[in-house]
Order: sequence, then structure tokens, then C-alpha cells
Amino acid sequence: MISLDALLSRDVRAGARLLRWIDDGNAEARGLLKQLYPHTGKGTIIGITGNPGAGKSTLTDQLIHRYRKQGKSVAVVAVDPSSPFSGGALLGDRIRMQEHAVDDDVFIRSFATRGHLGGLTNTTTDVVHALDAMGWQIILIETVGVGQDEVEVQRLAHTTVVTMAPGLGDEIQAIKAGILEIADIFAVNKSDREGADRTVSELQMMLDIGYVSPAEQAHHGGSILLRDQRQERVCPQGWVPHIVKTIATTGDGVDELMTALAEHTQAFQNACQDESFGRARQRQEFLDVFRRALFERGWSYLMHEDHLNQILDQLLDGSADPYTLAEEAVKTLYRL
Amino acid sequence: MTEQRKIRVLIAKPGLDGHDRGAKIVARSLRDAGMEVIYTGLHQTPEMIVSAAIQEDVDAIGMSIMSGAHNVLMPVVVEGLAEKNAQDIAVFGGGIIPEDDIPDLKEKGIKAVFTPGTPTADIITWIKENISPK
Repeated sequence: MISLDALLSRDVRAGARLLRWIDDGNAEARGLLKQLYPHTGKGTIIGITGNPGAGKSTLTDQLIHRYRKQGKSVAVVAVDPSSPFSGGALLGDRIRMQEHAVDDDVFIRSFATRGHLGGLTNTTTDVVHALDAMGWQIILIETVGVGQDEVEVQRLAHTTVVTMAPGLGDEIQAIKAGILEIADIFAVNKSDREGADRTVSELQMMLDIGYVSPAEQAHHGGSILLRDQRQERVCPQGWVPHIVKTIATTGDGVDELMTALAEHTQAFQNACQDESFGRARQRQEFLDVFRRALFERGWSYLMHEDHLNQILDQLLDGSADPYTLAEEAVKTLYRL
Repeated sequence: MTEQRKIRVLIAKPGLDGHDRGAKIVARSLRDAGMEVIYTGLHQTPEMIVSAAIQEDVDAIGMSIMSGAHNVLMPVVVEGLAEKNAQDIAVFGGGIIPEDDIPDLKEKGIKAVFTPGTPTADIITWIKENISPK
């Protein structure tokens, strides 16, 4: 049993166990999440994403330092990939966050993707809700090393930092969709390396072409940028991504990154005053929870009374096609 | 919810020796056996190990020590866990550990000790037989 009081007083053991239950899909977790939800909404949620090896963990470590200097408590959600073959995982993000290991105001938790695509785990939303309700003031989400399309973090984070290392050059032009679109802030890390200035100017050019100016937006009457229905991006009106050069190993440029983060947090909070903005954010969060609830319902139906095996039997003996069977299963499900 | 329980293990290198190949091989083997392994890197103090184990809510801690400090460091981790009311986390160890030291370590709460030459399969079997995910 985990008590709500222990969670709300930020008891580490209780919190760590709840996160385990959430991650493992333990049924008791949902009851606690319902009770915790009214306490959410106070934390600042920051996503750190970017290519493998761009320096996400080291940059996260620097941000922990800065926020601790400001006296804020920091929780880190660090996601690494699961092996698609064994289902196991080697989670090594803590290696670069050693110094905070015995600071009571820093909580670091590693998660494996467990087959979930998109850069996070299937339950990161719940994990972040739990940490927020427990009173962690800053919640840093470090995604797996991403390629182009792992853009989930921006739906959850208030501010998304895309970390890049120099040397991509012209490739930026080719990959300007996907992760380059989700940045509120670009951190061009390892900026002492050759090509950093070029990366910055490529990004700048991309933004010059790709962003609708605030004036234009106002003209079109929109307070938020909406892309397609599933991957919609909700960001404060008029925010143009900042580009900051950093060297995470030395801390160079991290002050500038902190300034950019503070500016975006302010813009985000201002935007939250706008009802349509809040509504769009809620929509994203709800759809995530709803999608999982639907899947779980469907899954328990398939597992119930051998339904899945009956379906497989029909497929194997060629008496039905998967489309019809899936439709029938869904119909039965809704009648239940 | 669709429940999916995994064994989580913290692999740690306490103390000052920098020989981490053994720890890395064990970490990798446990991953390949389907476990989630948190690897914390070199030069961990017992305090750091206890704190990480609790934050990560692991089922077991495996420590690799080559420096000869096992008689000191391993029991301190067991005590640290007990102080934090986390004695349910099993502690096992490996590295260059003389046979003569093993009974004493076991008495102090180290559940298993794997000396050089142990096949990784033996460690996996021991974990699967003795540790269940919470």
C-alpha cells in the first residue's frame, strides 16, 4: 500500500514505488493517480530531446545544477531504449548526473521504452502527473536519442529543448520536419566544435522560412499553431524558437539556455490565460489517457475467455480475414 | 491495465578502482536476459548507491569491487538500505573476493557473491530464482 499522504509529502520510497506501479501497469496505480490529479499543475515541465550523443544527459545535469542554485527541487525522467529482442534495457543516463545522487531535492528515475515508439514510454504522462502532484518544482524529461519523428515530448512538456551537435550542415534542410519542428529552444551543443556556427545559421534560415510571424498569425486570427489533428503542436502565440550555443561539459552557454527557458516559461504561462490554449493542451492530454484506456479495454477483452486465440484459430484456418475480425471484436466490445 | 512486470537491477561500482569491464559485462548480460539494468558508472559511494537504488525502485543491487574494499563497502550498502527501510532490496556482489571473505559477507546480508570465472548464466539463474519483481 502507498499512502496519499506519503506521496504528497514527497516521500521518496512511496514515490519511487508508485512510479514502478505506473510503469508496470499495476491496477492500483490508477486509483492513486485519480487522487493525485487535483494536486497537479504546479510544476514546470521541460523536455530535453535530440539525437543520440548530442549531449542530452550532460545538458540535463547542467540544468539540475542551475535549478538547484535557484533553490528549486528537480525531478528527472530519463528514458532509454528497451532491447527489441530481449525486452531488457541498459539504462545509463544517471552516469552523467552523479553529483546529485545524494541531494534530497533531486530525484532521478530511469525508464525503458518497453517497445513504445515516440521518444517516451507509454506511461510518461502519468509519471509526470505523479511527480508534479508530489510537489517537484522542475520536471525534466530526457527522451531517448531520437531521429526525426519521435515528437511526443512536446505534447507533455511546457517547453521543449531540442539538443543538436554541430556537423549536420545541409542535412538540416532535409530533416526540417519532425523533431526540428517541435523545438521551443534549440541548444546547439558541443559548440566548440567545428561547424557550430554553420549549424546555428542553418537553423536560423530554417526558422526564417518556416515560421509564421506573430503579425501574420494575428491577421489569421489564430492564437495557437495547429498542425494535423494527431500531432498538433500547441505553443504560445508569437514564440519564435530561440537558438542557444552550449558546451554542456563545461557549462558554457547554459546561463543563456536558462534565460531562454525562463522566457519561454513566461510566454507559456501567459498563453495559459487564454482559454483556447488551455483547452488545446487539455485535449492533447486527455486524448493520450483516452487512447490508453481504449487499448486496455480492448486488450482485456482479447485476453478474456480466450477471445484472442479464437480469432487466431479463424485466421489460421483461413475462415476469416483480420479486418472483419477486428471490426467484430470492436463491435462486441462496445456492447459489453 | 496491461501489467508488465520487469526485474530491475542496479549495477554499481563502489570505491576507487576503475576496472569496470566486469560490471559492464554483467549489466549487458542481464539486459539480454530481459531485465532492466540501471548502470551508474564508476566511483560510487555506498550512500549514492543506496539513494539511486531507492529512487529507481530496483529489486536488487549488484556491486563489483576489485580494490579489496568489499568487506567494508558491501555491508555499508546493506546497512544503508536498512536505515532507509529498504531492506527488501537484495544485494549481491562480485569481483576479486577471496573465498575466505564470503561467509562473513553473507552473514552481513550480501545474498550472493560471484567470483572471477563465474559464467554470466549463473548470475542470471540466481537472480531469476531469488528475485521477483515488486
